[in-house]
Amino acid sequence: MDVKQHPRPTTLPSAPPLESGPLPPVPRRGFLLRLGLGVSALAGVLASVPVLGYLLSPLRGTSARAWVRLGPVSDFPIGETRLTTFQNPFHGAWDGPTAGVPCYVRRAASDRFQIFAVNCTHLGCPVRWFPESGLFMCPCHGGVYYEDGGRASGPPPRGLFEYQWQVRRDELWVRGGALPTLATPA
Amino acid sequence: MSWLTSIGRWLDARLQVGETILDVARHAVPRNTASWWYVFGSATAVLMVLQFATGVLLALVYVPSAAEAWQSLQALNNQIAFGWFLRAIHGWGSNFMLAMLLIHMAQVFLFGAYKYPRELTWIAGVALLLLTLGMAFTGQIMRFDTDAYWGLGIGASMVARVPFLGSWLVGLLLGGPIVAGQTLSRFFTFHVFVVPGLLIAAVLVHVFLVLKLGINEWPMPGRLVSRKTYLARYQRQVHEDGVPFIPDAFERDFLFGGLVILAVLVCAAVFGPFGPAERPDPALIDTVPKPDIFFLWLYAALALLPAKLETPLILIAPIAGIAVLFLLPFIAGTGEKSWKRRPVAVLLVVFLAAGFAALTWLGRRPPWSPSMTAWSGAALPRELLDGRTPLEVQGGLVFQNKQCRNCHALGGTGGKRGPPLDDVAVYLTKDQLIRQVLQGSGEMPAYGTHLRPAEVAALVAYMETLHPAGQPRARVSAASAIPGP
Repeated sequence: MDVKQHPRPTTLPSAPPLESGPLPPVPRRGFLLRLGLGVSALAGVLASVPVLGYLLSPLRGTSARAWVRLGPVSDFPIGETRLTTFQNPFHGAWDGPTAGVPCYVRRAASDRFQIFAVNCTHLGCPVRWFPESGLFMCPCHGGVYYEDGGRASGPPPRGLFEYQWQVRRDELWVRGGALPTLATPA
Repeated sequence: MSWLTSIGRWLDARLQVGETILDVARHAVPRNTASWWYVFGSATAVLMVLQFATGVLLALVYVPSAAEAWQSLQALNNQIAFGWFLRAIHGWGSNFMLAMLLIHMAQVFLFGAYKYPRELTWIAGVALLLLTLGMAFTGQIMRFDTDAYWGLGIGASMVARVPFLGSWLVGLLLGGPIVAGQTLSRFFTFHVFVVPGLLIAAVLVHVFLVLKLGINEWPMPGRLVSRKTYLARYQRQVHEDGVPFIPDAFERDFLFGGLVILAVLVCAAVFGPFGPAERPDPALIDTVPKPDIFFLWLYAALALLPAKLETPLILIAPIAGIAVLFLLPFIAGTGEKSWKRRPVAVLLVVFLAAGFAALTWLGRRPPWSPSMTAWSGAALPRELLDGRTPLEVQGGLVFQNKQCRNCHALGGTGGKRGPPLDDVAVYLTKDQLIRQVLQGSGEMPAYGTHLRPAEVAALVAYMETLHPAGQPRARVSAASAIPGP
């Protein structure tokens, strides 16, 4: 294939000469290429902003939390630890069973609660409560916690994660919405 | 068949690749590479193609939605004709592929094939290893059951330990602040689009380099690789003692590839598909999450590491290990190729293989986890209750009811987290037993707040009976008490 030949121009209006000397000739050959590069670069930059925003959108909700009603305070007898589940306040339409968030509610006194996340602080496996011995045991790597959430033994670096709680008109509310980890301890 | 030849000629007149394909097929390779030791790379590639094919077929039915994935897996297992078989091939194929890849890597390493001029081939190969591990990890998540749900939480907990960036990495990994629908979609995208695309690109580079630079000749002890002389020597060997790749070397790859596929099919038919386990419902607390077999070594390592070393090791060890793998051709790119003159290489492979195998074995029946049902499911053996006083029998009941059996075995059954207590009276005195139970120590929690004094007395009385007949109980050496029966 041969290169398309540009038609020779007829006559150009001549530019007035500069005081400081003759103008360098405007290079026509690479002009379209450089224009193309510039336009593509502009398109790339303009496209990358929304694409980056899309990719980083999960980070916008990471600190969001909301209050969720757990149930009447009478559901949680004094001195007992009960397993209950609440719906993730930010759950999506296709979350299915993963929308449920389990937690252990311990009522230490009539007006004092502790709401523990089931996620072991070692690596997140679900811990199991044994009321007879008052211990939470983790099946994955053997972490054990006391009734008040304190670390008893095994690889966990700290005690159980706790959600904030509130009693509003004889109902227990919990503040949830995120997976508790060492970086985001609820 | 002349119409077939005419079609072939018509295509080749336009594509003009026939000559190239024949050249590649018949290119000369050193005679000693037509060996059974060289079949593992092509077997890995064959398994990869099998995975792609079965993956596409599964994706015709599988629904990557957190709400419906589990049901689509059940449909594949129970309703779609041969759905269970395709799932089984895909699951077993992934185990076989990783095993074959590791064998190929060990063979390449021991044959010195990563040395000059094949450094880039090795680097592409390490990239393939990491990408295949990525497929294995994301593939586990596709089987969206409780193991996958908690496995995601474990992954998130690991990346949360990265300083400063932890919470952001959790958000990017999970597609949000918590395991939800977006998480499965994200892993599906990686498993089906991103990583396979990178795999194909890396395989093309890897195979192109193997063809371009020639297959590594059988290493001879004493023949050192030197940048100045290697290429000329290799060309001479190919010219003087070369055989056409097809059929002389290819026939073994071809046969082995067929056998490997047959092995996968047999395993799939006999053992069936993997799971799924229970629904990915976080409220099902009574579950013991475990990764698939190729990550059990990591599961074991994370349980056995000292707790304080855990974060630095999780963050540094993978990076250091991967860096060493990538840099290997620059650390030892010349010199001896044969394993017979490279004792460090052989020891390294043996040590790593034994280490991974041991950790994987431990991960199958983990001794460090409490046995969650032993306290209620494992009865005290008869001989450990016979002849006891009522107080001691009550102590045995306390032993069970307070979940001691979850960590301590008696009569061979029970947890293995703590030592078995069949002979505990021989090495702990009564006071030591009381202290141990009330205060715990090291890996044992303190039971003081959950045992009434009467229960402690009964429990210790029972444990004092736990010694072999005829062997005296431990006693304080200064005391003059006569040892009991």
